[in-house]
Amino acid sequence: MAQQLSVFLQNKPGKIAAITRALADAGIDIRALSVADTTDFGVLRMLVSDLPKAKEVLSQHNCVVSATGVTVVAVPDEPGGLARVLTLLAEHSVDIEYMYSLIGRGENKAYMVFRVSDEKALHTLLADNGLDTVSGEELGLRQ
Amino acid sequence: MANYYQPEIETMPREQMRALQSERLVKTVRHVWEHVPFYRARMEQAKVSPEDIRSVDDLSKLPFTCKQDLRDTYPYGLFAVPMKDIVRLHASSGTTGKQIVVGYTQHDLDLWADCCARALTAAGGTKEDIVHISYGYGLFTGGLGIDGGARRLGAATVPVSSGNTQRQITILQDFGSTILCCTPSYALHIAEVLRDSGLTKDDIHLKAGIFGAEPWTAEMRAQIEQMLGIRAYDIYGLTEIVGPGVAFECSEQTGMHVNEDHFLVEVVDPDTGAPLPDGEQGELVFSCITKQAFPILRYRTHDIGVIQHGKCACGRTLVKMTKPRGRTDDMLIIRGVNVFPSQIESVLLSQGYTANYQILVDRANNFDSIEVNVEMNPEIFSDTVRGLVKKEKELEEALKSLLGISAKVHLLEPNSIERSTGKAVRVIDKRKLID
Repeated sequence: MAQQLSVFLQNKPGKIAAITRALADAGIDIRALSVADTTDFGVLRMLVSDLPKAKEVLSQHNCVVSATGVTVVAVPDEPGGLARVLTLLAEHSVDIEYMYSLIGRGENKAYMVFRVSDEKALHTLLADNGLDTVSGEELGLRQ
Repeated sequence: MANYYQPEIETMPREQMRALQSERLVKTVRHVWEHVPFYRARMEQAKVSPEDIRSVDDLSKLPFTCKQDLRDTYPYGLFAVPMKDIVRLHASSGTTGKQIVVGYTQHDLDLWADCCARALTAAGGTKEDIVHISYGYGLFTGGLGIDGGARRLGAATVPVSSGNTQRQITILQDFGSTILCCTPSYALHIAEVLRDSGLTKDDIHLKAGIFGAEPWTAEMRAQIEQMLGIRAYDIYGLTEIVGPGVAFECSEQTGMHVNEDHFLVEVVDPDTGAPLPDGEQGELVFSCITKQAFPILRYRTHDIGVIQHGKCACGRTLVKMTKPRGRTDDMLIIRGVNVFPSQIESVLLSQGYTANYQILVDRANNFDSIEVNVEMNPEIFSDTVRGLVKKEKELEEALKSLLGISAKVHLLEPNSIERSTGKAVRVIDKRKLID
């Protein structure tokens, strides 16, 4: 498991720039990022190098933040690697709420962040099929 | 030639009117003293007894009644007759906390019908007319109030109620309706749908319209008159007094005649409650002097207006009031529905939002819109868009069920609504409804 930082985004220009600037000023590294949005608002999701500090900094910048448990899966870095993982999930009815990729990759591995309907089922499924997960600590993230 | 329904009343000389009013006021004060413990207690508190009220000059000795009193005595605490004498109940469209309930005896319905018949007659109505009533029928006083007046006049009523505008237009065309009664914004909407259907005012048979229950401007009047080929008349009323027909406009279109043989009007300083003379702007206060079931005394409307005595060019001597120029409280009238910001606030708080919100009211294409901006907070934040959209929908549904009209909700980030150093600016009303 890894702890993800989720931030409420009001849809207005420069918002993500301001957030990333605030994190940069605090010396916090962003390791993964995704944005989900509607016309009105969005949610910015990130894996950051220092979660407690990031929460503190962004709260000071009037952001609504929360921490959410996600699973980082080490996907074989080869054609069809991700398809194999997703097919497994689909076949076993594990619904994906959202997913995005980590910036940077390991040796022959690409890292994907998953938030699913049934975290336990996901872990069992991955283990049974020889797929690894990576914890926040293993990624060097202060959780 | 002016049109009167009850010329002896509508053109009554001032002294005679004062005598009539005095007699009725004295009788009503005795009636409530004897039958409504609330009024007796209030009068005792103010050290006023029925003997102190000998004429309309003594009106200001009586204590005020306010909306909160109606809520505190909900539902029947201010009724002055037993339920066996009540033949109708109406309730206010506003739902701040509790709604308010008003009862009518047959006598009350009859005098209300007279008041609305005067309004219809002043607008040129006769028994030959077909009166198309697009006010809502039901607990709201608009539909049944005008309906009663039209039937009293002997006109044909078309109780179509509001909504389904295409059908309204078909009925206007096929039934040959001659007088339209609805809110001014709905009249404009009908006019626009008529135009968009490729029809013109020559395809319908309207000659006049009586529009009320919400503020409207001279520009709106001109637009309605031009698009529908009619003369548009204003009408004023509120459920607490009787409903539509408390005051009505004549052919001069320079203010509304108050049916003052039934409803005494005063203008008072909203802060001190002191009565103000003719021509000075203040809060309109009404007293019912003929109603049996709900004879409310010195009711503070929160509507701001001016009154003027004197004989009108139409021949009427009934005192005239300007259309309300605003409110002393923060009540909004949106599509004819009374909305208080505090109602919206209570919904927000009950759903886990903070009291940092802003209400935006606008009118586009003659249709009022209401939007509510509210700040997100950690307690209700969900990290999925689906979760947030669900929160937004839940809030919209709660607002709709409370207000009866749809409000668009916008979720904002904390501190994005400007904080005021003094009184918070909760409402931004972009409609220009006051001339």
